[in-house]
Amino acid sequence: MSTSNAIPASGLKHLSDATRKRLQRKARIDVWFERTLFAFALAVLLLLGAIIASLMLSSWPAIQRYGIDFFTENRWAANVEVFGALPAIYGTLLTSFIAIVIAVPVSFGIAIFLTEQCPGFLRQPLSTLIELLAGIPSIIYGMWGMEVLAPLLRTWFPSVFPAGTGLATAGIILAVMIIPFITAVARDVINTVPAVMRESAYGLGCTTWEVTRRVILPSVKGGLVGGVVLGLGRALGETMAVTFVIGNNLFLNTTLTGQGTSIAALIANQFSESDGNQRSALLALGLILFLITFAVLAFARYLLRNSTGRHA
Amino acid sequence: MNISQTPLYRRRKRLNQLVMVLCQLATLIGFAFLFAILFTLVTKGLGAISPSTFVERTRMTGGGLGNAIWGTFVMTCAATVIGTVIGVAAGTWLAEYSGKGVMAKIIRFINDILLSAPSIIIGLFIYAVVVVPMGNFSGWAGVLALTVIIVPVVIRSTEDMLRLIPNSLREAAAALGAHRWWIIVRVCYSGARAGILTGILLGFARISGETAPLLFTSLNSNQWNFFDLGSEMANLPMTIYQNMTINAFIPDLVALAWGGALILTAAILILNIAARYFSRQRS
Repeated sequence: MSTSNAIPASGLKHLSDATRKRLQRKARIDVWFERTLFAFALAVLLLLGAIIASLMLSSWPAIQRYGIDFFTENRWAANVEVFGALPAIYGTLLTSFIAIVIAVPVSFGIAIFLTEQCPGFLRQPLSTLIELLAGIPSIIYGMWGMEVLAPLLRTWFPSVFPAGTGLATAGIILAVMIIPFITAVARDVINTVPAVMRESAYGLGCTTWEVTRRVILPSVKGGLVGGVVLGLGRALGETMAVTFVIGNNLFLNTTLTGQGTSIAALIANQFSESDGNQRSALLALGLILFLITFAVLAFARYLLRNSTGRHA
Repeated sequence: MNISQTPLYRRRKRLNQLVMVLCQLATLIGFAFLFAILFTLVTKGLGAISPSTFVERTRMTGGGLGNAIWGTFVMTCAATVIGTVIGVAAGTWLAEYSGKGVMAKIIRFINDILLSAPSIIIGLFIYAVVVVPMGNFSGWAGVLALTVIIVPVVIRSTEDMLRLIPNSLREAAAALGAHRWWIIVRVCYSGARAGILTGILLGFARISGETAPLLFTSLNSNQWNFFDLGSEMANLPMTIYQNMTINAFIPDLVALAWGGALILTAAILILNIAARYFSRQRS
């Protein structure tokens, strides 16, 4: 922060009164301009504090009442006031894990195709398309999952997906949703590799895959992992894409394809009709989700700190 | 023996071809999924859209989406205006005044966290600090939730764009006797205007499709609500959500939801293309 820009009166003696007043007024504007801007910047800091504080305050009754049971109870039964976060936490982590397992190879494949193989005339249109697709609202993915993907899975693999919906279906939808996002980040960080490095490797006789594997990927490893973790952060907190297809089963179901729920889906489904303990318990779930994503995003930030591409 | 006949060479070549085919396959799969979604959206959505969709309000028997489109438009615009003021101011401070201070590092980090925070958490937060004290769901609560989402986007793009302005421009203006605030307002902003506008447009596009933060803030309504932000406000994402879930037993409403989804996606894609156009003009 710069110090006050006010001009000392002694240096202005040779000026007329009017000029001096005008200069001092402008200097005062300068000071207040900076203070105002700083106040707005500070508001961002306070916002995060307020989010955490309000979630903690409003979830306190549930935390106090259920304590450690909140994490060990394996069902969420509002009618008997038994609230266990385990099914929701399990669903959140599992669906995000499935999404990452599917999305990472596909996204990296697309990114490598776009940067290393793609004919020049296709490169720009395809990259633009990927970025545009990253902007589709998540509710569209959820609707498509419910109306198209779930019935397809039920028809094609009736033994694996008896209902069509479930944790794995939600994972697939999340994967489709984060593929454009991870691809865009991966393409950007791969593009930061200087052409000279690529050319020297090719000059030594490397194949395209060897150049990618031995030269490009190692030099942007941090950025790639950071992009993946950012995608994971999206998947963890996603509500709308998941709610439609996860099945909304409130009992712990430790299978891959069974029906379950996630933290965001549970909150979206129950919050507006809840009160008292249930509402407080849902807010506690929200707090857990926020802390999980906070940790994941901070980790991504740490990994991305050295790469030039900055992303949402 | 020719080098291209050695086993090692052949193995390397085969591996290379295999991986490259896999990459092409990944590209095909990725785009196939995304096109399948767009295809479903267009085929199911087009049939449900007619001129009356844009002017009639939502009814249990179908009707249109006029009130929802209007509500989304009003809330998104209000949030964008508030978010632009806060975001540009905070972004300017980060780019022009913060230097290398610890405070700037913390604020930047927090902004990154807020940028990707789950939007449903933002909804819960606004519910706790606005809806509960006010006693009812309201358009204002929805506006504030959307504001919290757009502010980090604007801060980020403002800071990035201001940093692209070369220091020599600032120095030249200072040498002519301009005060610092004058330099920022007249020199820096005019140079970064297109970039900041792009960021605002992208933020506008993003919040117009957000459903989760509106679930417990503005809620939804099937009535016309033009400017009464003090009461529940209809909006497109929530209408789509409700039509696909609690009203899913009425086929007309499901069809209407697909129509709404197509309108929403088309609007967002157009906004994104417009943002791209603005940023291209800059360079």
